[in-house]
Amino acid sequence: MWPYYDADDWSVLPPEQNRRFNPAFNMASIKQAINEAVERVSTVRMPAPTRLRDLIRQIRAARTAAEERTVVNKECAYIRSTFREEDSVWRCRNIAKLLYIHMLGYPAHFGQLECLKLIASPRFTDKRIGYLGAMLLLDERQDVHLLITNCLKNDLNSSTQFVIGLALCTLGAIASPEMARDLASEVERLMKSQNAYIRKKAALCAFRIIRRVPELMEMFLPATRSLLTEKNHGVLITGVTLITEMCENSVDTLNHFKKECGHREIVPNLVRILKNLILAGYSPEHDVSGVSDPFLQVKILRLLRILGRNDVDASEAMNDILAQVATNTETSKNVGNTILYETVLSIMDIKSESGLRVLAVNILGRFLLNNDKNIRYVALNTLLKTVYVDTSAVQRHRSTILECLKDPDVSIRRRAMELSFALVNTNNIRNMMKELLLFLERADPEFKAQCSSNIVMSAERFAPNKRWHLETLFKVLVAAGNYVRDDVVACTIQLISETQAQQGYAVGALWRALERDTSDKQPLAQVATWCIGEYGDLLLYGPPSEDADAPIDLTEDEVIDVYQRLLWSPQNTVVTKQYTLLSLTKLSTRFQQGNDMTHSFYRKIRQIVDTFGSNLHIELQQRGVEFSQLFRKYEHLRPALLERMPPMETARPQANGIIGMVNGESELEEEKSVGLEPILSAAPSDSSALLDLLGSTDLETPAPSSTIGNAPVNASPSIVIDNNDLLDLLGGLDLSTPATSSIPTSTSTSTIGQPPSTQIFSPMDTSNFLVDGLLDSAPVHNEIPSLIIFDKAGLKITFKLERPPDTPDLLLINMSAQNTGPAQLTEFLFQAAVPKTFQLQMLSPSSTVIPPSGQVTQVLRVTNINKASLRMRLRISYTGMSGPVLEQAEVNNFPALAWQ
Amino acid sequence: MMQFMLLFSRQGKLRLQKWYVAHPDKLKKKITRELITTILARKPKMSSFLEWKDVKVVYKRYASLYFCCAIEQNDNELLTLEIIHRYVELLDKYFGSVCELDIIFNFEKAYFILDELLVGGEIQETSKKNVLKAIAAQDLLQELVFVSLWKDEAVEGALREIGLL
Repeated sequence: MWPYYDADDWSVLPPEQNRRFNPAFNMASIKQAINEAVERVSTVRMPAPTRLRDLIRQIRAARTAAEERTVVNKECAYIRSTFREEDSVWRCRNIAKLLYIHMLGYPAHFGQLECLKLIASPRFTDKRIGYLGAMLLLDERQDVHLLITNCLKNDLNSSTQFVIGLALCTLGAIASPEMARDLASEVERLMKSQNAYIRKKAALCAFRIIRRVPELMEMFLPATRSLLTEKNHGVLITGVTLITEMCENSVDTLNHFKKECGHREIVPNLVRILKNLILAGYSPEHDVSGVSDPFLQVKILRLLRILGRNDVDASEAMNDILAQVATNTETSKNVGNTILYETVLSIMDIKSESGLRVLAVNILGRFLLNNDKNIRYVALNTLLKTVYVDTSAVQRHRSTILECLKDPDVSIRRRAMELSFALVNTNNIRNMMKELLLFLERADPEFKAQCSSNIVMSAERFAPNKRWHLETLFKVLVAAGNYVRDDVVACTIQLISETQAQQGYAVGALWRALERDTSDKQPLAQVATWCIGEYGDLLLYGPPSEDADAPIDLTEDEVIDVYQRLLWSPQNTVVTKQYTLLSLTKLSTRFQQGNDMTHSFYRKIRQIVDTFGSNLHIELQQRGVEFSQLFRKYEHLRPALLERMPPMETARPQANGIIGMVNGESELEEEKSVGLEPILSAAPSDSSALLDLLGSTDLETPAPSSTIGNAPVNASPSIVIDNNDLLDLLGGLDLSTPATSSIPTSTSTSTIGQPPSTQIFSPMDTSNFLVDGLLDSAPVHNEIPSLIIFDKAGLKITFKLERPPDTPDLLLINMSAQNTGPAQLTEFLFQAAVPKTFQLQMLSPSSTVIPPSGQVTQVLRVTNINKASLRMRLRISYTGMSGPVLEQAEVNNFPALAWQ
Repeated sequence: MMQFMLLFSRQGKLRLQKWYVAHPDKLKKKITRELITTILARKPKMSSFLEWKDVKVVYKRYASLYFCCAIEQNDNELLTLEIIHRYVELLDKYFGSVCELDIIFNFEKAYFILDELLVGGEIQETSKKNVLKAIAAQDLLQELVFVSLWKDEAVEGALREIGLL
């Protein structure tokens, strides 16, 4: 009877339950007998096609894919021909064969219309196969869908429940939006049917219709309400599913169901159904390993969750039953845990009592210890969702969670990693990072990028000290190699730069890492070369490190050898080589032998740099050419150019970008503050001196000000003393009325001052101003005529004023100092001070040396928020023919246009 | 809501596919191929869940057959395992200790049983008895209609021959 069954049995159930008897078995043998009889008869009329099981046997007998293809193609050709001949007798069998062929992956869409013909047939067998074919073969193509909509409409009105059932099942599987609209009213009618078999299927059809076309929800509301008063579990579960979908879809419907549902309120009604399920005794029909209808329980728990969300009263009404389910459910099998899992989700989501929440987290804690990996997985997943609600409760399970980082299952590891990062805080950072770094070392490549940037972020937030922070960053760079994201390189460099105390340690640690092979750790190589380039002197001549592994007696040549390896290795990226080349050039000034042209170290560096002058990569070539000039023509500039970078300040360019996008105005503010800060801190000594200097001036309206000196020029200590002089100098300045344009009458030091501002715009006074016809149009033009503020002993200083139209508060002063004498002026230094209501920023001068008839320029940015009249004190120093000269001046003749 | 269910063998041969979402045929084939490869590559010690694209994939192996379902983010993974198990139990009851070959040669029956358990990707009946009753009734209907349609002398004769009439 079953000749194709192999000797070994694939049975799923244990042998004692292994029964081969079933009514269906008899039915099959009867059917086969009839089939054979019929075939004998019908061969007279036309040749019978291959039977389905014969075809399957033929296909399975094919030894190669090509052989299989031949069998299938032959059969497909035959099936096509029967379709053309409109053979209705064997259509059912042919479609069945076609469906099998379709499952093997062959095209079968030519059978679509034949399926529709089968559906239209009055025979139940035809309909059954026809609908099956429709569900498998039909896509959402409009024309075919119109045809099937008509078939469905017919069968939804059939008198046989199973025909209606087939139609509903098909509609539920393949409903397109158009189909849903066309058939919604039929489905709504069937939802009110007396027959439970039809009612449950119609409810799920309604569920699918709402999914596709949410606007149709309203018409199903009345019929849905009564579904919850059912006894039949099938109708109940489909009803709950439908209501869940409706409530998730629309808040109005949610409120509608909360208010009235049949004769009872929905929450107590659901609670009652759930209670009956738990308390009712054993019912064989719905029992699953000792749990009564887990499917229905889970669906109800989920609907309760949606009803209780943000609703204190509803939550109150379900607290008890949730506690009951949580404590009374048998947990030895998967079913029980399924229900507990759903209960925990509900408890966490509604406004539940705190005791209940503790119970829920404890259930998850037990889940984490479960032998079943599936249970562990859902526990981690759920903890991740709740960790932000109740961190301390989750913290208690930290060690178990860390244990899950070692799980063989990748999904569990991923969840455990995410959860671990959510649990990191100041207290546990050291321990957590130890575990996470271990995890990072062994992690799959897919985890490395995410894990490393999370470690970097956590370290940034919770690092106990800088040393630990640096150690962690280095470990990440080593462990994650090339998977480290680029921003980690930047922030590590920044941290090293701003942490002076740890630079010795950093350079030593990075050197040790660099000595090993770093071809798969490009970011590490970049950080290391940058750091050695900047602080290489600490590596060789720094104080002996307390670190036992610190390199001892390292020589310059050893360092060069490693650099040579880095630059020549084809595995290193161009970016790494750029870092390395710059670093190498910097090393020439860090190491003592770097200035000894005869030393082999110096020659080697020169040689390496020179070879890059002909590199194929344009960027490297350019660097090679530029740097090699520093060893030749501009040898004298090299030490100054390659000086150590000033400590970097934490910059947040991304934050600015976002703010700028959201609000155009604040961007300006941000830009300003970001632009000013680094300069302020870069030269803290002189800026504070200048602030002091102005602090003594008496102001009626003290305004925040920051007067910034010129950092590179003022960096020498002698200037700080000069600033003290300036302090004295400005002491006498009367600023009591900064807003008026009147000029202080007693200006003791005013030597080069121009006539009072009241006269500035007199057209007659052209001696100092190039006021031509521009005066009338001056408010429109932003360029304000230049003024000569100093002209003495062969030095002429001119201010060219400019106000950018987009920032009205800003005045740009282009200072140019011209040497009109015969001799070169050296050590030229121009300093300025303004009252506190202004902000002054001086950019670097073009030079400190003015050759005869040459000039030096410098830009001053004055921010004048109060629109007060501008005055300025100047100090000019230079060394001329007759030795050092120091001049002071006051400018109070700025044109009104410059500040109004 | 379940998005689709796939049954495939240890050799990666598809045995059953049920789609509750409308995808073009090409995409269905791609998804099927990718999922089968991914799942077959997983080690037995791993969990039954897989985060795959925007769906959660729940699978379980019964003898030589893998049962694999794709569900949405809100769905209960553990319950999906129960649904799979329920389907296996139904197949087992219907075929009588089911094996892969039963499903190959009677794939249409396997679909019919699934359609009595799920509609539109949601469970419609939680009682095994009711599902089997509905299937048996429809099988009977198929035979009855069959017999009544072939009221042909030759058929009658043949039926008598085997003792059915």
